[in-house]
This record gives sequence, structure tokens and C-alpha cells, in this order.
Amino acid sequence: MTLTPAPSYSVLGITGGRFREAPTGKGAMQDFTSAFGLAFELIFSGDRDLAEIVLLSLRVSMSAVLIACALGLPLGSAIAIARFPGRSLAVVLLNALMGLPPVVVGLGTYLLLSNAGPLGALRLLYTPTAMILAQTILVAPIIAALTRQVVEDLHAEYDEQLRSLGVGRLGTIQTLLWDARYGLLTVALAGFGRAAAEVGAVLIVGGNINHVSRVMTTAIALETSRGELALALALGLILLGLAVAVNLVVMALRSTAMRAAYA
Amino acid sequence: MPDSSLLPLDAKGLRFEAGGKRLIDGLDLHLEAGPRTVILGPNGAGKSLLLRLLHGLLDPSGGSVCWAGRTLDREGQRRQGMLLQRPVLLRRSASANLKYALRARGVPRSEVAERAALWLRRAGLNAVAKRPARVLSGGEQQRLALARVLSLEPEVLLLDEPTASLDPASARAIETLVRIADRAGTKIILVTHDLAQARRLAEEVVFLYRGRVVEQSPADAFFGQPRSEQARAYIEGRLDL
Repeated sequence: MTLTPAPSYSVLGITGGRFREAPTGKGAMQDFTSAFGLAFELIFSGDRDLAEIVLLSLRVSMSAVLIACALGLPLGSAIAIARFPGRSLAVVLLNALMGLPPVVVGLGTYLLLSNAGPLGALRLLYTPTAMILAQTILVAPIIAALTRQVVEDLHAEYDEQLRSLGVGRLGTIQTLLWDARYGLLTVALAGFGRAAAEVGAVLIVGGNINHVSRVMTTAIALETSRGELALALALGLILLGLAVAVNLVVMALRSTAMRAAYA
Repeated sequence: MPDSSLLPLDAKGLRFEAGGKRLIDGLDLHLEAGPRTVILGPNGAGKSLLLRLLHGLLDPSGGSVCWAGRTLDREGQRRQGMLLQRPVLLRRSASANLKYALRARGVPRSEVAERAALWLRRAGLNAVAKRPARVLSGGEQQRLALARVLSLEPEVLLLDEPTASLDPASARAIETLVRIADRAGTKIILVTHDLAQARRLAEEVVFLYRGRVVEQSPADAFFGQPRSEQARAYIEGRLDL
């Protein structure tokens, strides 16, 4: 069973070998310094392959986070306000699922989508859709578990007031989600961080196929295995920059909204 | 407003326990429609608990609460309003807080804006209607919370220390709103440990001590000649209670 197709030769349109260094102690230091230069070169040369990889990374991870939010926000808040037997067990389980190893999720999704699997007929394996599915499974428990905590804390404050106003269960969930919106933004960011940073799941179900399913993390893993340490590091820096950029944008939105109206 | 009143209120043998302590201890209380009732008592007497039990926010450990002979159901609760000791204002504008409550109560869409505006005006909050509720001053927040519950036109209004930690001007504004509700026919049940406020507002006083009703009298009788030793000590401001 081959999970990773043979790598193409011209990764990112930069010839291999140019930055190749033996990974000795001295070389490793040089990798660091050249990585920064290379990262800048990659960004500002407008490398098409890089743009493609970055965009796919964003598309996969953001889609996964959106779907995970659609599932995790209602689920987490329902658990937050519900009282049922075995509730604490459910909370423990949910919290534990935050630590799902990406490779295990990847493997599970792989089995689900492989030709012999229950969803094999959809022929989704090695497509971005499969990667989105795997990352959704990975991220949804994180969103649900953190939402549960955030909403439960707020519910402790709001419970009597909302009951006194005669707000129903569904209305309570809506109100709590809305009033916790800034905290939940951070929850979504945590989910995005997890999705954008993981390599195991997307590698197994996506296969790191050039121009099809190659994302930042799988590209980094590939370049590292090929000894292109500087290039791998440069990609890592870009990925880090991307994460910072996404967080900056969200936080800027958040603080503008808060300043504009609601403390 | 439905024909049948929620009153009289009858609490019988009411008990509430928490953490192994009996905080409401076999309390009996009968309240009629009409007079403004003020529940007085020192800290820890169970005033706040009693109010929440009457409103159905807490379930009693024993005994019963009956409004017009029936246990309080959701419908009955919706005909009451309560100003909590620490009211929660939602993270939206002052005006949106009012509209939220009106919509939750099923007030027709066409009336919501009008009623919200009316109560903002009555509470003197027109100028801050668009401001986030959570950045208003303490007095404004309390007025908003009271306006919010009054806009629902409750038949019974329960108030838990509505003016604790407010300055005199803000307290006066709150009392004015309470009087507006009283004149509109709302039964007022107010918990306080502010004697001056009790003297201003009370027509009937229920004195609570250690989870029981020690005394229930018309206000002038209570303040003129309290029957119980505890009430006498409380009114005289003795600290040996």
C-alpha cells in the first residue's frame, strides 16, 4: 500500500540541490540563515507552486474549521446546558478527543474512503475533500470541547436571568453562543491552528500529490525527507507567518467589533 | 392579561437546604393582591432564596409554593417578573436588551420597538439606548434591567435588593419605576435590608429571620410597634441580632 506517491522533481519550481546541504552541525546553522533568505525569495518571487500550496492549505483548513464549527458549536453548547446521566463521562470523552492523533484520524478516514471502505464508492481518497473531511474530524472535538467550557461558564452567569425572562432551551443556546462570540472566536482559532499545523491526517488521505493535494505541512515533510532542509524551513516560516496573519486578521476584526459596540 | 390572577400566594412548610444547611426552615407565607410587600431581614435570613423559590428559579427541598392555589408552571412564571440581585445584561445595546426580552416573551414584532422605546424613555435611558449595556454606569444598568422586566408587564414583580450599591439619585429612579408598576396594578414584592427604603415603599412588611417568617404586619404597625424581639432589634439598628 503506497500512501505517498513518488515526489515530483521540481518542488516549488526551485531546483533541488541548490540549497542542498549535508545536515551537519555547521550546515544546520547555515540552513537557518539561508532559510530566511529563501522564504523571502519564495514569497516575493511570486512562485506559482507555492501560491497553489498555500491556497490549498488555507482552503482545506478553513473549510474544515467552518464545518467543525457548524457541528461543534451546537453540540458543545447543548452539552454545556444539558443535564443528563453520564454527562461528566461525555465531557471527559469530549475533552479526550481533543488529543486525537492526526495520523489515527487520517487512518480512520482512509479506511472509510478507501475502495473497500463504506464510503469507497464516492472515490474521494487523495482529494482535497478527503483532507477536509479528515481535518473536520480532527477539529470538531476541539471546537465542541472548548465551546462546552466557554458556554458552560457563561451559562452559570446567565441561567437564572434567562429562565426568569422565560427564554426556552433553544433560545438559551442561541443567546449563549451569541454573547460568547468573542471567546468562541478564539476557540475557532485554536481549531484552525490545529488544522493548519497537522501533517498526519492530510498526508494519509491526501497523499501529498503535487498540484492536487500538496499542502504546506506535507510539502515541509517531503522537503525534509529529501534533505532540502533550508527549503523545508523556509516553508515552515511561511506557514508560521500564515498562522500569524490569520490570527491578526481575526483579532483585528474582533477588537474593531468590540470597540464599535459591545463590550 | 389573563382573567385569573396569580394571587394569592401561599407558601407552606417551605424548606430549602444547601450544603447540609437548612437555609429556609419551614416557612409559611400568605400574600394577597394589592399592598406593596417588602420582605425585610438581616443578611442570611433567606430573603433572596425565598424570592427565587417563589419565582420558581429554585426547587424547594420541601413544602410547597402555590400561586392562586396552583404550583407555578412555565406559563405562570412568565406572568411574573424578577429583578435579580445581580441582573445579567446581555452583551448588546441597551435597546437590544429590551427588545430581546420582548421577543422572548412572544410580543408581536410590530409592538416590540414601540414598547422598548417607551420603557427606555420611562427609565430615562433614551440617550444611551444605542450604547452597549455592559458599559453603562451601575445606576443605568439597574434601571435598564428593571425597565426590561417591566416592559414585559408582569402581574407580579419580585425585586431582590434593587438599590443595593446605588447612589441616592439612582435609587430614587428605581423606586419611581417601581411605583409606576404598582400603579399599573402589578403586585410588588421587594426584598431589601435598607430600612429607609422599606419605610418609603412598604405597605406590608414580612420580617424574615433565620429562614422563617417572624412577623407579617401592615407597614405602620410594623415600624410603629414591632411584635417580635428580632424585628425590634433590627429596626432599632441593634447589632446583637
